[in-house]
Amino acid sequence: MALLEVTNLDVRFGLRQGEVRALRDVNFTLERGERLGIVGESGAGKSVAAFSLLNLIAKPGFIAGGSISFEGKTLNTMSERGLRKVRGNRISMIFQDPMMTLNPVLSIGEQMVECLKAHRRISSKEASAICLDKLRQVQIPSPETRLDQYPHELSGGMRQRVIIAIALLLDPDIIIADEPTTALDVTIQAEIMALLLELCEQHNVGLILITHDLGVVSQVTQRMLVMYAGRVIEQGPTREIINDPQHPYTQGLINALPQMATPGERLNQIRGSMPSLSNLPSGCAFHPRCNFINRADGKPRPACIEQVPGFVESGNCRVACHMVAEMLEDRRLKEETS
Amino acid sequence: MIAFLVKRLMHAVLVMFVISLLAFAIQDNLGDPIQQMVGQSVPESEREELRERFGLNDPFLVQYTRFAKNALQGDFGYSYFYREPALDVIARHLPATLELVFASTFIIVLFSVPIGVYSAIKPRSPISRFFMGISIIGISIPVFLTAIVLIQIFSIGLTITFFPEGTAWGSWLNSFFSTQGNMPSFGRGGGTVEMFGYWETNFASWNGLRNIVLPAVSLASIMLPLFIRLIRAEMMEVLQSDYVKYARAKGISMRRVYFVHALKNTMLPVITVGGVQIGTMVAYTILTETVFQWPGMGLMFLDAINRADIPLIITYLMIVGVIFVITNTLVDLIYGLVNPTVKLTGKPA
Amino acid sequence: MTTTTPSVPGRWQRFRDSYLWYSFKRDYTAQLCFAIFVCLVFAAFSAPLLAPTNPYDLAQIDILASELPPFWIDGADANYTLGTDAQGRDLLSVILYGTRVSLLIGFGAVALQALLGVTFGLMAGYLGGRVDAFLMRLADIQLSFSTLMVAIVVGAVVKASFGSSFYSSYAVLMLVLIIGLAEWPQYARTVRASVLAEKNKEYVDAARVMGLRSKRIMFRHVLPNTLSPIFVISTVQIANAIISEAALSFLGLGMPETHPSLGSLIKSGFDYIQSGSWWITLIPGAVLVVLVLSINLLGDWLRDVMNPRLYKG
Repeated sequence: MALLEVTNLDVRFGLRQGEVRALRDVNFTLERGERLGIVGESGAGKSVAAFSLLNLIAKPGFIAGGSISFEGKTLNTMSERGLRKVRGNRISMIFQDPMMTLNPVLSIGEQMVECLKAHRRISSKEASAICLDKLRQVQIPSPETRLDQYPHELSGGMRQRVIIAIALLLDPDIIIADEPTTALDVTIQAEIMALLLELCEQHNVGLILITHDLGVVSQVTQRMLVMYAGRVIEQGPTREIINDPQHPYTQGLINALPQMATPGERLNQIRGSMPSLSNLPSGCAFHPRCNFINRADGKPRPACIEQVPGFVESGNCRVACHMVAEMLEDRRLKEETS
Repeated sequence: MIAFLVKRLMHAVLVMFVISLLAFAIQDNLGDPIQQMVGQSVPESEREELRERFGLNDPFLVQYTRFAKNALQGDFGYSYFYREPALDVIARHLPATLELVFASTFIIVLFSVPIGVYSAIKPRSPISRFFMGISIIGISIPVFLTAIVLIQIFSIGLTITFFPEGTAWGSWLNSFFSTQGNMPSFGRGGGTVEMFGYWETNFASWNGLRNIVLPAVSLASIMLPLFIRLIRAEMMEVLQSDYVKYARAKGISMRRVYFVHALKNTMLPVITVGGVQIGTMVAYTILTETVFQWPGMGLMFLDAINRADIPLIITYLMIVGVIFVITNTLVDLIYGLVNPTVKLTGKPA
Repeated sequence: MTTTTPSVPGRWQRFRDSYLWYSFKRDYTAQLCFAIFVCLVFAAFSAPLLAPTNPYDLAQIDILASELPPFWIDGADANYTLGTDAQGRDLLSVILYGTRVSLLIGFGAVALQALLGVTFGLMAGYLGGRVDAFLMRLADIQLSFSTLMVAIVVGAVVKASFGSSFYSSYAVLMLVLIIGLAEWPQYARTVRASVLAEKNKEYVDAARVMGLRSKRIMFRHVLPNTLSPIFVISTVQIANAIISEAALSFLGLGMPETHPSLGSLIKSGFDYIQSGSWWITLIPGAVLVVLVLSINLLGDWLRDVMNPRLYKG
């Protein structure tokens, strides 16, 4: 049994205009020490997925169905008290913007110690010693002075190091990192990412990395999910997806990378933009932007407009696309006839 | 810290300078002190002589310097009505007002924080809605009207005959809504106890406490809803913030999230607004003291206006100015202590 | 709106399509408050037509009929629906006339506040520098003294220097001036805050590049974008001005009893509350509260709908 198992996760937002389905049919597993990437444009539901794992979605959002099972216990039906024992202890989180994540009026020490004390019976002295040790591990310069400092006295990169230290405080099984480097200066992004990777490997911690940066995903993670408009559209080993993307959307994402473009030419962008969740196109949500449909005879496939694509296995990957399904079917038929 | 104090001191001096200038301009233009001193019958030549003797014909600046010098030594002139130094009159009325302000501040702090926090945490609960409804009504009732209604209900008494008297439930409802009206509503009552040979307090006896209840509740009635709404609005904003979400993700208890992480950030703007509201509170003491004939500075000020007792009016203004300056400095100091991003060196980090 | 050109869909149509109208249709509290407010304003301004008697006309006052209770209490006189006050004036009539005075002063004072505050706020926000520093320091000092305090002091000084008879005969004008002068900082700060937010937007740069003069840019380009916060605080300011007027009148610094506002009616009735004639003070009090409450609730609703960046603190 996997360490974390998410099946048919369904998250909705009860808005005044009606229910909006932010996430549906999300399935994935995470083994101990494994690193998983979740990729997509903003608004695809990556962050919602991250927050719903610990049942932390803000109202009016709620988990409408499916299950999140951690070590065999179902997190989404667990009591608030039970969840509290998991949060920060077995599964910890790293937020996007270190400037907003730390409480401005509490000292670094206070914010670290409270986390330890929430989960362990421990004296303040021991707690401080552990905090100091973790601050050393994240390579903060002069860690002794940091405990008494306040967030505004630290730079963004240093704050994110503090947050990584807090995430590691209780030696968790999983760290969920929601765009951990997006808000940082470009120069230190790589540094922080490398540190996170190194610490995860060193402590054998599982990592769920949420990002829109395919480069980072390919360097850090072993498996990945690609999300579009609240659904997973492709998932599998990172290397296979990056080298041979099946879904037209994933292909578009990879082609849009600057290094894929010919120097002097325009970057390849996916035309159009992500639809709003409250007003999704029928059938495959990607069909209005999809390049393949309009290529053959200028008309989209009827299935793409009418039917939501199911998953098909393609190598070690799972892809949700009518076109890929047809191609695979054609290939299978050919193999059978020959 | 020292830099902060020096900066505040300079600011205070500037404000006091403006106030004293205004006060002096008022004194200079209002009434003729000679007339107050000698009456109508003295001939004009003698008046002119007196004017010359008292320096009333000197240039404005010379007169102002003299006024400021005297004021700095605590000499604000004589009250026309009381025939004693104006500062002594103020000093005699000060304790009553301070006790009233203290009692209503106590009420405001005691109720506004829990109610504001509760209605921010559970904004849709019936209790929160009830309190929000009450608070908007509270804001819409002027203090003096609250005071009058309180007097009618608790001091004069209500006899309700609305429900049919013949039936058992009617009589019961009538007597349930009727009030006895035995609360004192006039002055400080006989319950004051003298402290330090000078300060009379209402807080040292049961009778004294009974006397201060209605005025204090009236004075609090306008600020309490304001603070409840302010605390609720700020707290709701803070609860949306990333650091509160993060605190929850760390697995700490909700009590700690609310009362350490959220409340401390909520109180920062509340402290600032609170400082401004102290000024408003002084204005409202004038109204409350008038309704309850509470012998404090506010009532004294209103009497001084009606008697055209210029030196007393001016002394009151100056003293109120001093009180504002002191409380504003204190508020800034507290703000600096709570908020680590403000260094007390005067410049925000 | 008789000369609407066909190319424009018409203001009325645009208003009906707006979110403002949409949420008003759904909010029963707002509708009720609006109805009450409109009724009160209408009743007050048609007081000479609606009121049974003219309280300013001494010939119509019967001193013998003083302190009569309202109709639902024993001993009431059918001629006086809400009873009479201590001078024998019909309470319903004085309340109608008094509401008119209160509303007149409230609207007048807010108009003055808005005029001063918007002008100073625009200057401070747009010109910046020393003008800004001076005006905002002034606003700070005035606000730290609280507007009611400033109004009381100014009222007291004016009354003491010109004498009470002069003060009473120009009371409406005096109160408009006093309350208007005391509260302009509210507008100035709100306008300044939104001007600072608008100032850095591109359309202002564009206007400047086109060579428009700063006065024109301020009034034609920046001001329209600050209107919604001005609109929202105006409702609260009208409520505040009415309360301030009542407070000043209650202290004897406002309308004289011969020409009463709601505040001076409450004041004159307060002397009789101990003798059991509670209605003289509490009925005008109730009218005042209903008026102010309906304005405040409308203001709350407007703030929720328009959600402008209001200056905090």
